[in-house]
Amino acid sequence: MASAAQHALDARALRAEFPILASPRPGGDEVHYLDSAATSQKPQRVLDSMDAYYRETNANVHRGVYEMAVEATERFEAGRDAVARLVNHPREATVFTKNATEAINLVAWAWGARELGEGDEVLVTMMEHHSNTVPWQIVADLRGATVRFCPVTPGGEIDMDAMRDMIGPRTRMVAVVHVSNTLGTINPVEEIVAMAHEAGALTMVDATQSVPHMPVDAVAIGSDFLAFAGHKMCGPTGIGVLAAAPGRLEAMEPFLGGGEMISDVTTEGSSWNDIPWKFEAGTPPIAEAVGLGEAVAFLEGVGMQSVRAHEKEVARQMLDALGEVPGLTIYGPRDVEHRGASVSFSVDGVHPHDIAQFLDSKGVCVRAGHHCTKPLMRQLGVQSTARASAYLYTTDDDVLALRDGLIECREWFGVA
Amino acid sequence: MGGPYDLYQQLILDHYRNRRGRGRIEDASASVHENNPVCGDECYLDILVVDGRIAEIRTDGDGCSISQAAASMLTEAARGKDLDEALALVEHFRLMMHGEAEADEDLLGDAIALEGVARYPVRVKCALLSWLALRDCIADYRETVATGG
Repeated sequence: MASAAQHALDARALRAEFPILASPRPGGDEVHYLDSAATSQKPQRVLDSMDAYYRETNANVHRGVYEMAVEATERFEAGRDAVARLVNHPREATVFTKNATEAINLVAWAWGARELGEGDEVLVTMMEHHSNTVPWQIVADLRGATVRFCPVTPGGEIDMDAMRDMIGPRTRMVAVVHVSNTLGTINPVEEIVAMAHEAGALTMVDATQSVPHMPVDAVAIGSDFLAFAGHKMCGPTGIGVLAAAPGRLEAMEPFLGGGEMISDVTTEGSSWNDIPWKFEAGTPPIAEAVGLGEAVAFLEGVGMQSVRAHEKEVARQMLDALGEVPGLTIYGPRDVEHRGASVSFSVDGVHPHDIAQFLDSKGVCVRAGHHCTKPLMRQLGVQSTARASAYLYTTDDDVLALRDGLIECREWFGVA
Repeated sequence: MGGPYDLYQQLILDHYRNRRGRGRIEDASASVHENNPVCGDECYLDILVVDGRIAEIRTDGDGCSISQAAASMLTEAARGKDLDEALALVEHFRLMMHGEAEADEDLLGDAIALEGVARYPVRVKCALLSWLALRDCIADYRETVATGG
């Protein structure tokens, strides 16, 4: 096993590549951006790649025979190659969508709305983001199927005994988040996928919070479907990815119909293009695919092992720093081996919205709310939490600004 | 981004720490329960209507300092008003929150301290939660009376 020293990355040096982090905000305040679980900042090279695409070779993809259109297609498909390479996945089974939410909806509709039947079950967990819950509820409702929720332990981990009990002959789909956006928990998805497959169920892994932050091998996880978003991994908004196991996409009917996804259209009916294009109706997010490809090249240059090692260290610092704030409760695992660098917390006597608003006045950006995980919030017995989430550019300065801001915040609201 | 003083005036913090009109009314004429989908904050609001006037108004539930202070100020501003006056009060406050009306201190009382919230779009919903709950509560009350319920 390689040591942490070998994987060390220089977060301060990396910040220079991110325009938002490299220079103060208008008004001169330094930004301590601790909301990367919501969206990451973008390095200059990603912005440049998209700008260059529009300036140099903007044309629609796949159809044009002229040189610019051919080059646009090459740059677009190179983005797919990069993403597929990052998660060790075949390119033809790597579909571009609008975001991770659409990737999950694609499966819910193209598979679930056709295959689920009366009495069938979709098993999700209490820590799912709404994006891996609501699409299943909509489709299950349509088909007379049921969505069941596997509980989460008080320590913030999936209750694996309950999971084992709940997967049964009626289970058709097990949909589980790889890393919780609220708790930071890293879930044993390989084990869950194996359990689901043993029972004959398919699997959907929401890898939105794992792919940006650690090495992820889609083949090793073995899930039938894996979804993630470009904008949380240094890429642009407007593009997400669905990685499907071999054979799955071929067996499914399309999700959205329109241009590009067809092989032939007659007045009697239509036939479908090859995968992945069968699932990419209409003009795709071309500049976004270019930008995402560049983001992948950036991440590969840093090294995903190094990103993970750095975030483990930041998580450790953050847990320690938050521990110094009186009256503060942390939700989720304490062991940094089993968690990412998103940390949810509350402070006695100060509402999370007030925490976030007060910290903003100190230049510290955190999120407050239910983090699109309302079933989890109910189980935790809270309406909302504050959440600080780190990335490869997060430094100990950011962590200390968070701690000092929280201590001052308690004084301001009179609970100190 | 500005200092915390921009938003959190002393009067707001005072109403937050010492909430007026908190709790429930057992023999309420009408009650509503509303929540803010952005943050999950909840608001229970009860009114007791006597001779067409709000004889008593109470709010309960959890929320941020802005939502709790706004609820506290609402109970002081609305108590004793007849139903149309109360609706006009709510509408004035709503317009102020959307930056569409000059604040009338005589009408609003302490709630004038919330004027600055209009500059924080995400927090406007916090301030409005209880006030719009009163609007809904009055509508419910009138419907119940009209249908003889």
